[in-house]
Amino acid sequence: MCRAARHGLILATNARRPLAFIFVPYAIMFTYSFFTRTFPTMEPDFQFGNYAALLIDPQYYQVLLRTLKISFLVSVSALVLAYPLAYFLAFKIASARLRTALYVAVIVPLWVSYLLRAYTWKTILGSEGVLNSFLVWSGILSEPTDLFLYNQFAMVVTLTYIFVPFMVMPIYTALEKIPRSLIEASKDLGVGRFRTFLAITLPLSVPGILAGATFTFCLSMGDFVAPFLVGGANGAMIAIVVQSQFGTALNWPLGSALSIVMLVLTLAIISLSDRFERTGRLDLA
Amino acid sequence: MTLAIDTPRAPAWPRWLRIDHPRASAKALGIAAAAVIGFLYLPIVVLVIFSFNDNTVTTLPLRGFTWRWYQAALANQDLLTALWNSIYVATLATLVCILFGVPAALALDRIDFPGKALFRRAVLLPLALPGLITGISMLNLFRVVGFDLSLTTVILGHGTALISVVVTQVFARLQRFNRRLEEASDDLGATPLQTFRHVTLPNIRSAIVGSALISFTLSFDEIPVTFFLTGRDNILPMYIYSTLRSGITPEINAVGAVIVVSSLIVIFFSVYLLSGQGEGR
Repeated sequence: MCRAARHGLILATNARRPLAFIFVPYAIMFTYSFFTRTFPTMEPDFQFGNYAALLIDPQYYQVLLRTLKISFLVSVSALVLAYPLAYFLAFKIASARLRTALYVAVIVPLWVSYLLRAYTWKTILGSEGVLNSFLVWSGILSEPTDLFLYNQFAMVVTLTYIFVPFMVMPIYTALEKIPRSLIEASKDLGVGRFRTFLAITLPLSVPGILAGATFTFCLSMGDFVAPFLVGGANGAMIAIVVQSQFGTALNWPLGSALSIVMLVLTLAIISLSDRFERTGRLDLA
Repeated sequence: MTLAIDTPRAPAWPRWLRIDHPRASAKALGIAAAAVIGFLYLPIVVLVIFSFNDNTVTTLPLRGFTWRWYQAALANQDLLTALWNSIYVATLATLVCILFGVPAALALDRIDFPGKALFRRAVLLPLALPGLITGISMLNLFRVVGFDLSLTTVILGHGTALISVVVTQVFARLQRFNRRLEEASDDLGATPLQTFRHVTLPNIRSAIVGSALISFTLSFDEIPVTFFLTGRDNILPMYIYSTLRSGITPEINAVGAVIVVSSLIVIFFSVYLLSGQGEGR
């Protein structure tokens, strides 16, 4: 016991250091968001002008709304693609080894160079790209179209592509946990497959859906690589605006205020889904 | 049997909603699943194919096989410097992750200390938060402290952003670890250090190595944090990012294909290590 205590003390003092390292930066950012900008630097101050600017200037709140819309579309499309895959993995593959292998195959792209995978979509969707040249070659289009790239469609495709594995993981975990006896019981009672799915499988997989959607929504909200590569002029997202405040626009206080808004939104969504998930769990108990 | 009679019968569904052919529905599901997996690998395949295509634009039809883009990449001095800097950054950032991440995971697993819940959240924050916010807040910190942006700041930034990978994986392994083994070692007179070295460490080693490999590969294409923290020295993700601004070159396809294929191999290996005797995840 004494050994454990000694051990603990060492670990606890060690653990506090990364804690400070993670929290202090956010605190500094929060402070900056009240500063006044004096080009090219800023002055310490306490005023809400930066936050007011975000509410009044349509340039900012419109981008914010567009970001929310795109993140929503991405979450929905990722869900549509991920659910059948997760369902197939969890229920339709008998061999445990094959199931693990396929699951790994789905997860692996998540860790493989995000930048390069996003960039490849640019070469696929571009006006001289793979998709266009294929469509022209096969005679579906008479000439290449530029409808695929540099718009919100391209962003939804790219971001959906990137976040599908994030969606599959929690849904698969939730489906795996469903006791098979529940589904068999429903079938024994004469309920059809589709109704069994609606009444048992789907509700029990809601925590997984929520977790996946939260991840996907938050991460696409903060993404600035996809809008940069495939978004074009009307595809700008909030992260691009934040980035330019710290770069070319050189307005750190405004950029900090925008980041705080993003931070609060993200944390709110995370804790909201946390709460839903918990009530969902209570209902089942 | 009586049970079935007592249960209200399910109302009949419209014919088009009834999926009564198990084979047909399973087949449709299988095709959908295969299509999604294909979708996940399509860009990777496209990238590799076009890195060997003898054409300056990435367009169909393919023109023929060439090593030209790989030779051009190898002759590009800026690119090689960036690659070297990236290896340096990824190695040290991974070290930072291990040095702080493993003790943090141990602390989360075994010790109750004030603010534990908060600590848990804080460690996981960079995983869920947009990387952009981590990057900007670190930039602010370095500015306040008076650090000049350099490879060192990038290393610290990557360390912070990627530590959650190590903590979550090692923590998950520790949760499955049987503590009795440590008690037994203790009872047999081993010192705490000996117990850690010969009992605890071998059990979490594959989780540490696996998560370290993942951190290493992630550091290779970390953009959001890198973007704000790089100084004069370019590293690979920033080099690729700024090259993309000026248009697509097949040279990037060649470098990209090398990175993607080698990280595929590393990741498959580390996922195998993390799964710990095929237990999955």
